[in-house]
Amino acid sequence: MIAILKHELRTYFHSLTAYVFGAFLLAFVGIGAMLYNIQAAVSNFEFVLNFGSLIFVVIVPILTMRVIAEEKKQKTDQLLYSLPITTTQVVIGKYLALLTVYLIPLCIICLYPLIFSNFGDVYLLTAYGSILAFFIMGSALIAIGVFISSLTENQGFAAGIGIAVILLNYYSVSLSEYVSSTAYGAIIAMCLIIIVLGAVINHLTKNQKLAYGICIILIAGTMAAYFVDVTKFEGLLPNIMKKLSLFERFNVFVNGAFDLTSIVYYVTVIVFFLFLSVQSLEKRRYN
Amino acid sequence: MINVEHLTKRYGDFTAVNDISFEINEGHVYGFLGPNGAGKSTTMNIMTGCLSATEGHVKIYGYDIFEEPKMAKKLIGYLPEHPPLYMNETPLEYLQFVGEAKGLRGAELKQQIDQVIQLTKIQNVKNRRISALSKGYKQRVGIAQALLGNPKVIILDEPTVGLDPIQIIEIRDLIRELGKTHTVIFSSHILSEVQAICDRILIISKGKLIAFDEPENLEKLLLAPSEIIITTDATAEEVRDILADISHIVDIIFEEKTSEYLKAHIKTDHDNIYDISRAVFSAFASKGKILLEMSLKKANLEDVFIELMESSDNDSTNNSADESRNDSFRDSASENFNNIESKENTTDINSTENDINSTYIDINSAEESEAAGK
Repeated sequence: MIAILKHELRTYFHSLTAYVFGAFLLAFVGIGAMLYNIQAAVSNFEFVLNFGSLIFVVIVPILTMRVIAEEKKQKTDQLLYSLPITTTQVVIGKYLALLTVYLIPLCIICLYPLIFSNFGDVYLLTAYGSILAFFIMGSALIAIGVFISSLTENQGFAAGIGIAVILLNYYSVSLSEYVSSTAYGAIIAMCLIIIVLGAVINHLTKNQKLAYGICIILIAGTMAAYFVDVTKFEGLLPNIMKKLSLFERFNVFVNGAFDLTSIVYYVTVIVFFLFLSVQSLEKRRYN
Repeated sequence: MINVEHLTKRYGDFTAVNDISFEINEGHVYGFLGPNGAGKSTTMNIMTGCLSATEGHVKIYGYDIFEEPKMAKKLIGYLPEHPPLYMNETPLEYLQFVGEAKGLRGAELKQQIDQVIQLTKIQNVKNRRISALSKGYKQRVGIAQALLGNPKVIILDEPTVGLDPIQIIEIRDLIRELGKTHTVIFSSHILSEVQAICDRILIISKGKLIAFDEPENLEKLLLAPSEIIITTDATAEEVRDILADISHIVDIIFEEKTSEYLKAHIKTDHDNIYDISRAVFSAFASKGKILLEMSLKKANLEDVFIELMESSDNDSTNNSADESRNDSFRDSASENFNNIESKENTTDINSTENDINSTYIDINSAEESEAAGK
C-alpha cells in the first residue's frame, strides 16, 4: 500500500496533474475570496468555499480520470495483479495518493481565514469547520471519480462521465423542483431505477437469474409499500434527489452547523465507491 | 514445485483452457509451446493469479494461488506478454516501486535492484525514460522486474516476440543463465527457441496439454529418419532403374522439375538410414551416374509437434492415428499452421546453416506476430 502510494505521488508530481489540480483549486478559491471577502467585505470565509465547490465539477475528473483507466490501457494492471498485494491495498493506496494531492492546496487555503482575521472579525470555527467539510466532500467526489475511472480504459471517457455525474449531483437540488412530486411519479421512477440497477447487476455478474430475481423482489417490495401507505411516496423523488446531493449537504456547514450525519454520509459514499472500485478491478480477473 | 490440477477456463461457451494438469519441479527450464490462441497466456495468467480459473487449482510450493495469493505470489516473478511498464518512469524508479511492492526495503532493496540491473544488463539505460528505450531493453526491464524479490519461479510469457535476432539471442542466453538458479517457465510459439533452451517441453493445443516431456524423448516419439533426398542429372526412369535392386525402399517421389536437375525423395523403412544412403551412393556409382547432392531428412521436434497437433485434432474427429502419418496430410497441416515456418532440417555438410536458418525463421515469425498485433 505504501509502495503504491509513493509510486502514485511520484507519478502525479512528475506529470502536470497535481499542479493543474492545485492551481485550479487555488485560483478558484482565490477569486471567491477576492469577490466575497475583499470586494464585498464579508467576513465569512465559508461562503467562498460554497462558491469554490463548483470547480470540483472540472478538477476532480481531471485528477481521477487516469488513476485506474491508464493502468488498464498500459496493461500495467497485470503487474498489480501479479504483485503480492491485494486489490484493496491497490485501491486504497491510489486513493490516499489522490487525497494527498488534494490536501496540499487545501493547506494553503487554510491560511486564508488566519490572514483575514488580522483585518477584522472572522468566524474561525465555522471557517475551519467548513474547510474540513470541504475536504471530506471533495474526498467523496474523488472516490466517485476513482470508481468511474475503474469502469473504462479510456481516460477521456472517464473524465466525461465524471464531469456529467458531478454536474448532475451539483444541480440535482435545482432539478428536483422540476421532477414529479406525486406518489405515482415516484413509483414509476423507483421502478425505473430498480430496472437500471438490475441491468447493472446483470452486466457485472453475467448472472441473469440473480439480476431478474433482485429486480422482481425490489419492485414487489416497492409496490407493496405503495399500496400499504401511499402518502409516503408523495414528494419522495425530489426528497431523494436532495438527500443524495453531496453539495446540498455542504450548505449546512456553510450555514454554521457542523452536521455529523452529513459527515457520516460522505464517509459512507467514500467507502461504498472504493468498495465498488475494488470489485470492478477484481471483476477483470473473473471476466 | 508447481502443481496444476485440472485447470479449466471458460469464457461463455468458449473453452480457452481445458482440464490441464501437470507438475513442475525445481531447477529446470520449462517451455510452453503452442500456436497463437492455444491457451498458453491464459494458463500462465491463471498460474500467476492474474486471472481466475473456472475450475481447478494451482499450487505454488503448497500455497494455493487463489486462497493464499500473498504467499504464492511472493514465490513467482511474472513477465506478461505485454511488459507492464510505466512509460514515464526510468527503469530505476520502476524497479524501486516493484521492489517496494514486493516488500523489499532499505539496503536489501538497493542491493537487489543493483543485482537485477547487472543480471539483465540495463546499467546504461537505468536513468532514461522507459518510453525512450528500445523494445529489447523494455523486455529486459520487464524481466528485471520479475527477478526482484528473488522468486523461486520465473514465468515469462513470450519474452522474445518482436525482438531482432541479436536481442533474441541475448534474451535466450539470459533465460539459460536464469535457469541455473531458478525454475524458469516460458512460453513461445517458436519451436527452435523452445528446442534450444528447454529441459522440458509442454505442448498445448486448443486448450489441451498434448505432450509434456524432454525434447529428446519427444523426438523419439516419431519414427527413425526415413527419407533421403537426392539431386541428380539422371532421368526419372534411370533413377528408378538404378534403385530397383536396393531393398527397403518403399517409395520414390520425384519433385517437379524446375531446373535441368532432378530431385527425388527416397522413402525407406530400414532402421539404419546410412545403410540405405551407402547403397544408393554405390548404385549410382556403379551405373556411372552422378549424384550431385544427397541429404537425409531427419525427424525433428517440428514433425513431432505437427504430428501431435494432428493427432489431437484427429482425436476430436475420431480419425485413426495412422492417418496422421500420411505425408500429404502432414503437409497440409503445416500449411495451415502458418506460425511455424516449415523448414527442412537437413543434415548436410554445412550444419551451421541450420542455426542461421532458425534465426531467420524467428525474425519471420516475430514480424508476423507483430503484424498480427497491428
